This record gives sequence, C-alpha cells and structure tokens, in this order.
Amino acid sequence: MLTQIYKNLIVQTVCRIIIPFIQIYALYVIAHGHYSPGGGFQGGVILAAALALIFLAYGQDAAVRRLNRHQAVILCAIGVFIYAGIGLLCLLAGGNFLDYSRLAPILGVTIPRARSLGILGVEIGVGLAVMSAMYSIIIDVAGKSTIAAPRDFVQLPKTKRDNVGPAA
Amino acid sequence: MSNINLPFHDICAIILILGGLFFFFTSTVGLLRFPDLYTRMHATGKGDTLAVLLIISGAILHHGLNLDSAKLLLISVFISIANPTGTHAIGRAAYRCGIKPWLKKDVSKVK
Repeated sequence: MLTQIYKNLIVQTVCRIIIPFIQIYALYVIAHGHYSPGGGFQGGVILAAALALIFLAYGQDAAVRRLNRHQAVILCAIGVFIYAGIGLLCLLAGGNFLDYSRLAPILGVTIPRARSLGILGVEIGVGLAVMSAMYSIIIDVAGKSTIAAPRDFVQLPKTKRDNVGPAA
Repeated sequence: MSNINLPFHDICAIILILGGLFFFFTSTVGLLRFPDLYTRMHATGKGDTLAVLLIISGAILHHGLNLDSAKLLLISVFISIANPTGTHAIGRAAYRCGIKPWLKKDVSKVK
C-alpha cells in the first residue's frame, strides 16, 4: 500500500521532465500503429505508464487530481464506444463489421484513405479504453482504499510481517 | 585476411559495441556474484547504463546520420536520464525498508 509519500526531489524532477515525452511517444505509437510496430493497445499502456509514474512519484492524490477513477471508467466506456461505433457505422453503410472501405463515401475520400482513417479512429478508441482501464486497475491495486470494508469483514490479527515497510 | 578493409567508422562501431558487450558481461557477473542488494545495484546500475550507451553510439556510427540515428540518440538521452534515477529510487526504497548493507564477518565481530 502506498499510503505514505516520501518527497524525493530527484525522482520528482526527473518524472516532471520525462512524463511529457512519454506521453508524446505514446501518441506516436498510437498514430503509427498501421505503419510500424505498435498500435492502440501498446500506446494506451504507455499512456497508463505515464500516469502510473505520476502516481508513484507524487502520490495518489496528485494522480487522482489529474484523472480520478470515475473519469477513468467513463473514458474507458467512451473508448469502447468509439471502437464499436466505427464498426457499426461500417455495418450501417452496408459492409461487414469494421469494413472501413464503406466509409469512403461518407468521409468523401478514396478507399485506401478511408481504410487508413478508419484504423486510426479504431486505434484511438482502443488507446483510450486501454489507458483508462489500466489506470483504474492501478488505482484499485495500489491505491488507498476509498470503499468501506463490508460489515462481516474479519480483521486479521496483526503479525510481525505487517510491520515490514518503510520506517517512519 | 589482408584484403579485408572496413571503413573507419565501422571499425569504431565494432570497438564501441564490443566495449558495450564487455560492460554488459561485467555487470551480469556482478549481479550474479555480489553478496547483497546494494553491491549488485552498484554493479548493474552503472554497468548497464554505460553498456547501452556504448552499443547505441556504435549503432549510430554504423548507421550514419539519418532519422533512425536521431531516434537512437533520443533513446540514449532518455536512458541516461531514466536509468540512474531508477537505480536511485530502488536503492532509496531498499534503505527505507531497513535492508542492512553487507559487511565482512570479521568487521561485524569487531562491532
């Protein structure tokens, strides 16, 4: 449990310098998914790693101030909606699910261009969904618990192993 | 053998990459043979960073100046920032957790 935050100037300064570059790299991985290795999933995980770095270096409160768990779940749903919406749009236009060539008359571009744009849109959706799902998992696993324990929750007796941790 | 004539930058690249491999080897030996966390981190934290930087600079020399070598240069800059910071954070966390540094047996007896 990361309940205690230690102010570490070196780690915080390096995180402040390096986090924008991590996020730009994640956007590059998402946008170049159909030319080079990468794609929505990998880019989303890198974005979530930047948020996890904020979480680790500055503590949970600083991370939650930027993106709280509720917003993360909503963003996850929006990402899935973008993905499924583009697929269903192709379905409505008369093709198969995710058959981007049917989007060409709607977007007013050539068929290869429409395929490229469709893949880009789907990957943006996947990246959003993966980033926010990973971030909410990180908050659930490593964060302070915000949910009260159930009434029949049995408090285990404290053992010596519970005292292992950062010394005050 | 005498008709092998590599260009000068390729010879430099080979020397750099071999140096990088040497430092990878020594840091791995240190990781396997040193007695506790701090000494192991001392071996890998410095050796790995230097080895990666040497190998990347060798690859840049081999590749010449273009977009790929610019990307490699960026990678080496970020590794040289992030790797020592990670080592610092791990060492600090271990010290906070109360892990005792390794001492020679006779030293601890004197104490």
